[in-house]
Amino acid sequence: MSRKIVIEPVTRVEGHGKVTLLLNDAGEVEESRLHIVEFRGFERFVQGRPFWEAPVLVQRLCGICPVSHHLAAAKAMDVVVGAGPGDGLTPTAEKIRRLMHYGQIFQSHSLHFFHLASPDLLFGYDAPPEKRNVIGVAAANRELAVQAVLMRKFGQEVIAATAGKKIHGTGAVPGGVNKNLSVEERDALLNGPDPMNADAMVRYAQGALEFLKGYYAKNKTFVDTFSSFPSNHLSLVREDGALDLYHGVLRAVDSEGRRILHDLECQDYLAHIREEVRSWSYMKFPYLLHLGPQNGWYRVGPLARLNTVDFIPTPLAQEQLEAYRAVTGGKPHNACLHTHWARLIETLHAAEVIRDLLKDPDLQGTNLRVKGKREPQGVGIIEAPRGTLFHHYWVGANDLIERANLIVSTTNNNEPMNRAVNHVARTLMTKAKEITEGMMNAVEVAIRAYDPCLSCATHAYGQMPLEVSLVDDGGNVVDRKLR
Amino acid sequence: MSSTGSSGRSGGSGGSGGKPRVLVYGYGNPGRQDDGVGIALVDELEAWALAAARPWLTFDRNYQLNAEDALAASGHDVVVFLDASRDQEEPFRFTAIGPSDAVSFSTHAMSPESVLALCRDLYGARPAGRLLTIRGYSWEPNEAMTARARGNLEAAKAWLTPLLDSPKRLLRAGAS
Repeated sequence: MSRKIVIEPVTRVEGHGKVTLLLNDAGEVEESRLHIVEFRGFERFVQGRPFWEAPVLVQRLCGICPVSHHLAAAKAMDVVVGAGPGDGLTPTAEKIRRLMHYGQIFQSHSLHFFHLASPDLLFGYDAPPEKRNVIGVAAANRELAVQAVLMRKFGQEVIAATAGKKIHGTGAVPGGVNKNLSVEERDALLNGPDPMNADAMVRYAQGALEFLKGYYAKNKTFVDTFSSFPSNHLSLVREDGALDLYHGVLRAVDSEGRRILHDLECQDYLAHIREEVRSWSYMKFPYLLHLGPQNGWYRVGPLARLNTVDFIPTPLAQEQLEAYRAVTGGKPHNACLHTHWARLIETLHAAEVIRDLLKDPDLQGTNLRVKGKREPQGVGIIEAPRGTLFHHYWVGANDLIERANLIVSTTNNNEPMNRAVNHVARTLMTKAKEITEGMMNAVEVAIRAYDPCLSCATHAYGQMPLEVSLVDDGGNVVDRKLR
Repeated sequence: MSSTGSSGRSGGSGGSGGKPRVLVYGYGNPGRQDDGVGIALVDELEAWALAAARPWLTFDRNYQLNAEDALAASGHDVVVFLDASRDQEEPFRFTAIGPSDAVSFSTHAMSPESVLALCRDLYGARPAGRLLTIRGYSWEPNEAMTARARGNLEAAKAWLTPLLDSPKRLLRAGAS
């Protein structure tokens, strides 16, 4: 008899997710589906609002990565006010925004490493959940935990200094920014008492990388094979091919590294990227139009970015990139768990960028905003911590937003996350009589490598249990577990 | 983080006049209606505290709790967490909480009990924990808090302010 296994919701994933595994008569995994309840009302919510409100409004979308939405919306509105698609801001405005963005990347990546990657690396993915978490990390490796807390705090301080405040920051506005970085703010970040300064953060990021590489050396086979499958990869790259998380052109490569999207101008994305709707999912499935939904799906995020770029424009991260690429002989990395490695290389890069930017006197400039010929629409694309984030707005002559289209990072990774679950399920759950904790953990590890943020910042106290249900083909619950 | 006293910074004990140092921490998303009720309350309490020097009080806020909040908590004797709740009695609930190793199931946020546990494990500090949850009703992406949640907030504020003025009473309140 065929069976349906439901894991609901996925633990330690923001928002609500559910995994359904359908077993055939032979007990093999026939099909797997990751259902994500995505909030889709936002595009309608901004309709009729003045365009200049968008950079603040969009922060309501997510309490996890509000800075990414803030900057993507601001970039789109730069185009609307005639400041150009990424290259028309004043040096002060662009560098302030970059500092804000790399602060966001640094704190978010540090958090992911601490919360999600390090417990799995320290204890193994089959360890019990009560041990495999941040409290467990603190007990097992206090120094690592203390450093992770300070890395997260430092990134938050960078954001607060550039965005103006922690919640609903207003730093980026259409055409520029509304504040520069004072000398006092700069000195606090650049020369703060050790270890709360940029140099220490570079050291900490290097230490985290060495920790991960030590794990890799001991567990190479597992890391290289766990949920490893070929895919396309997409991200922004700087026009010279460098890693650039704030601005660039869109590039995609296939699983062998061949370019399949050739450095596309961001404003033209809609002619090349489509979103497929499937009846069983609330979340769409993006793909490259010329390859179609079957072959044109792609991954975004740290793994994808380090596959698309030619180089990293900071020396320490570039050195790490070369070692990382040597593992695959220069071919793209397609192993799910290599995402953690890529993420830490980006963390180091972000620390280097922050340190170098803080030494730039342009941050104290006073020319903050520009505007030019008003345009009816604008696209803002940014590399958010979890991957490429698209914001597209159409604005009427009355300055009100008429329409919006957002493709968030987690949506871009919808198909890869489904494939990751399927890969794990076929490997571990074929012929399985019951769902073990280890099996559930493996599914979660595969999903969490993508660091999905399921768009729900509403978190009222006491929510989010883990419920596991075993349902037969008649819809009857055979087994149910709560964690 | 901000303090209402001239020398009442996080981690310092000077200027508190011998009173327990209290961190009042509101969290939630004010862009999601009643989810922001904890933020609104901490903003109003901070404004209230500014009216007279209360150097033992420190205020902070964020979308959700996270690891770095353990560091902030470590410099205080009491931490009062302010949050929204969708299924509890009206108008609010006030409870004593302690460190818990049971981590809440979320990728990017921590429970107040987890923050206190991390505070204990990383910094050897054991501030008393108090959790004030205010009943909310609507969580849509709309700036306006519901009138019912606003009423609950006012009730919570009226109840909490005398305790913040007298932290020793605060320590007794909610303690089992």
